[in-house]
Amino acid sequence: MNDDVRAELAAIVARHGDDATRLVQMLRDVQDALHWIPPLAIDELAERLGLPRARIEGVAGFYAFLHTDAPCRYRVLFSDNITDRMQGNQELMAYLCERLWVEPGRVSEDGLVCVDTTSCTGLCDQGPGLLVNGWAIPRASRAVLDRIADLIVAGQPVAQWPADLFVIDDNIRRSDMLLGHDLMPGDALRAALTRGAGVDAEAPANERSWREANVHAAPGPLATLEEIKRSNLRGRGGAGFTTGLKWEACRNAPATPRYVVCNADEGEPGTFKDRVLLTRQADLVFEGMTVCAYVIGARHGLLYLRGEYRHLLRPLQAVLARRRAANLLGTGILGVKGFDFDIDLHLGAGAYVCGEESALIESLEGKRGIPRNRPPYPVTHGYLQKPTTVNNVETFCAAALIARHGGDWYRAVGTAKSAGTKLLSVSGDCARPGIYEYPFGVTVRQVLADCGAEDTLAVQISGPSGVCIAGDEFDRRIAFEDLATAGAFMVFDRSRDLFEVARNFAHFFAHESCGFCTPCRVGTSMLKATMDKIAAGQGTQYDLAEIEQLDRVLHQSAHCGLGHTACNPTLDTLKRFRPTFERRLKSLDFVPAFDLDGALAAARRMTGRDDAGAHLSAELER
Amino acid sequence: MSDTFLLDGEEVPFAPGQSVLQAALAAGRYIPHLCYHPEFKPHGSCKVCTVRIGRRTAASCTLPAQAGLEVESDCDEMNDLRRTLVQMLFAEGNHFCPSCEKSGNCMLQALGADLGVLTAGFRHFFPNRPVDASHPDILLDFNRCILCELCVRASCEVDEKCVFALSGRGIDKHLVVNAASGRLADTDIALSDKAVEVCPVGVILKKRVGFATPIGERRYDRRPISAQALDDAPRTAQNASVRE
Repeated sequence: MNDDVRAELAAIVARHGDDATRLVQMLRDVQDALHWIPPLAIDELAERLGLPRARIEGVAGFYAFLHTDAPCRYRVLFSDNITDRMQGNQELMAYLCERLWVEPGRVSEDGLVCVDTTSCTGLCDQGPGLLVNGWAIPRASRAVLDRIADLIVAGQPVAQWPADLFVIDDNIRRSDMLLGHDLMPGDALRAALTRGAGVDAEAPANERSWREANVHAAPGPLATLEEIKRSNLRGRGGAGFTTGLKWEACRNAPATPRYVVCNADEGEPGTFKDRVLLTRQADLVFEGMTVCAYVIGARHGLLYLRGEYRHLLRPLQAVLARRRAANLLGTGILGVKGFDFDIDLHLGAGAYVCGEESALIESLEGKRGIPRNRPPYPVTHGYLQKPTTVNNVETFCAAALIARHGGDWYRAVGTAKSAGTKLLSVSGDCARPGIYEYPFGVTVRQVLADCGAEDTLAVQISGPSGVCIAGDEFDRRIAFEDLATAGAFMVFDRSRDLFEVARNFAHFFAHESCGFCTPCRVGTSMLKATMDKIAAGQGTQYDLAEIEQLDRVLHQSAHCGLGHTACNPTLDTLKRFRPTFERRLKSLDFVPAFDLDGALAAARRMTGRDDAGAHLSAELER
Repeated sequence: MSDTFLLDGEEVPFAPGQSVLQAALAAGRYIPHLCYHPEFKPHGSCKVCTVRIGRRTAASCTLPAQAGLEVESDCDEMNDLRRTLVQMLFAEGNHFCPSCEKSGNCMLQALGADLGVLTAGFRHFFPNRPVDASHPDILLDFNRCILCELCVRASCEVDEKCVFALSGRGIDKHLVVNAASGRLADTDIALSDKAVEVCPVGVILKKRVGFATPIGERRYDRRPISAQALDDAPRTAQNASVRE
């Protein structure tokens, strides 16, 4: 048994070239092969990689899809975004647990199965979503769960399960310049390579290598950078930093080598546009990365794919292979001497915070995904402390289009400060959930009309870290000037309880806090506890004041955006829908969260009692 | 040295590469802090040293000092924030000062006293954190851990052993030791290690020397932490003269 583990580990480490920066990938492989990460595997990795075992244990303990507790052949994780809840995931999870005779969150005694929840898996347009050993299954229903339960009990490996269980729809409802483009692979690169020919070559700096000098001497990179700048393209991950300035800063950073990183870790609940882009537009994504490499002088690219999208890994590898064969990747791309670039895929392992660019870089280096202190920024000190350009999937797609058609073509669409189009991931209470591409400036009302939303109470824009808007704000526009968004657009109609929406988001942030800084580690858990206290009917005015205090502390002192925004959905809801909170409050100044009767629950379970004598009545408590 | 920034309206000189907190301490100016230790590279996790710079706030231990920076530290807003952060740490762990061997030598306790923290102010988490008494000479009481990572850094950077690391995330983040058994006895830690003495609270304790110094005569019993921290800070001759 131990020898088997050692042999498996030797193969895994060898497959990743004994490279400690690939530790997260190795741990993923261990999880797949052994159904958990046993202490022996950590010892072996420590030995083979020359790392302290405690550090490897720390990395394994950070990611939600790496399990060090117990082996489990089938891990069934129900996506637990609010949209999954609205589609009945809780009732379905209880049904599956009952069918398999297991308790939620606990591995069955025989190590066969474990049923639990996970953060949004990006299937909101066809939920409830599921992951079985990391493989995504959409549209969970009792019928689907019956089939899954039978397959699990029969011990059928997931790789052999019927393919129809795993069919994921793209649901593209509206296309514009991006989704409707007519570029063939290589078109954008050819345009970039020919642009600016005849412009005076930039003199290479003395200290730069021959290769550097070669790339920088070519007129193309600067001419293409000029088009990216002229386009006013801004990052599509939500923050909206100007892409041209980022590329320029990275290009001008003196250190080498430089890296291009594509952030495909879309973890924001309610977002799934990258899933569709990587399914339908993988060539455009890789082409955008290659254009970026050409502009900044990089020869190595990395795409960080969120763990929930592991089903896309093999198709993406196939696209990369095809592009290498077509000389769109590799050495001497399209016959240009010195233009060498290739892309590696890196699969995440369940950590929302890795969508923050510096945490993503830490994870790429095989570490815990903790956001770094900034400055210095990734453009000068990124991957392996080298200049790195990190952009969103959608940003690279847009960059490829701009390389082909030019900046003026792109900026002609959209608004003054928001050029181009934006992909929205529409889900929730509407007839036609899916992907909608609009020019920037579209009103919320227009989107609601197009997706067939009726009787809408509120829309959560850009996920839990964005804003929740009510009916009187539906004329607001999707644009950096007004509602900046990474793309999530969750619709709630009048049958929904927005307190429960906010409570779901509070749980999300507590689960996804990396735990590095005090305010976020403790504050998000306090917010979750307070929301649960209010939900249990124990809330008072004091608790509402405490939420406001937590919000202040998180905004003042959290280490990264996750903490800064963790209270936003709660406060937005409190501001716009205060009655839904107040309805639940006791009309007292203070009620302790400690519940005497609740404290007896474990004793009741152990003794199998639930009679009146096993409860403390409310009178007794006073 | 010509470059200075303003701290609460007074000029503080700094050397290139210094953070605001380092420059302030070197110049004899106190900014409350907890996870910062003068012998280690600041990493800014506790956030107690947060200061205001115009419209934004930042941890002063990792904020690079820059000429002309206007830093506000000793103001109601920042001190309220610090009190809340200290309260959060008290609520997160299991801290029972009267029975703790570290009482009087504990930075968390001393900071709380200095900032006027009288209660935790929040509901306690009461986490379940078993102690590790396996080692013959050293006790680990995780109940008091504030996750400052000083032992992690000291063990790797000074002792070159990496006895400690952090695992888990969010509120489940916790200290682990470098042994498959998870027991300190199975690591190569030694009493003379930097990691043993660096703990600012009462997690890493030497056995059989408890209460050798009576409570009341300990480090922060004698001097408040705001004064003690200045004594501990490395000074340049020039900075020392600035103070006088």
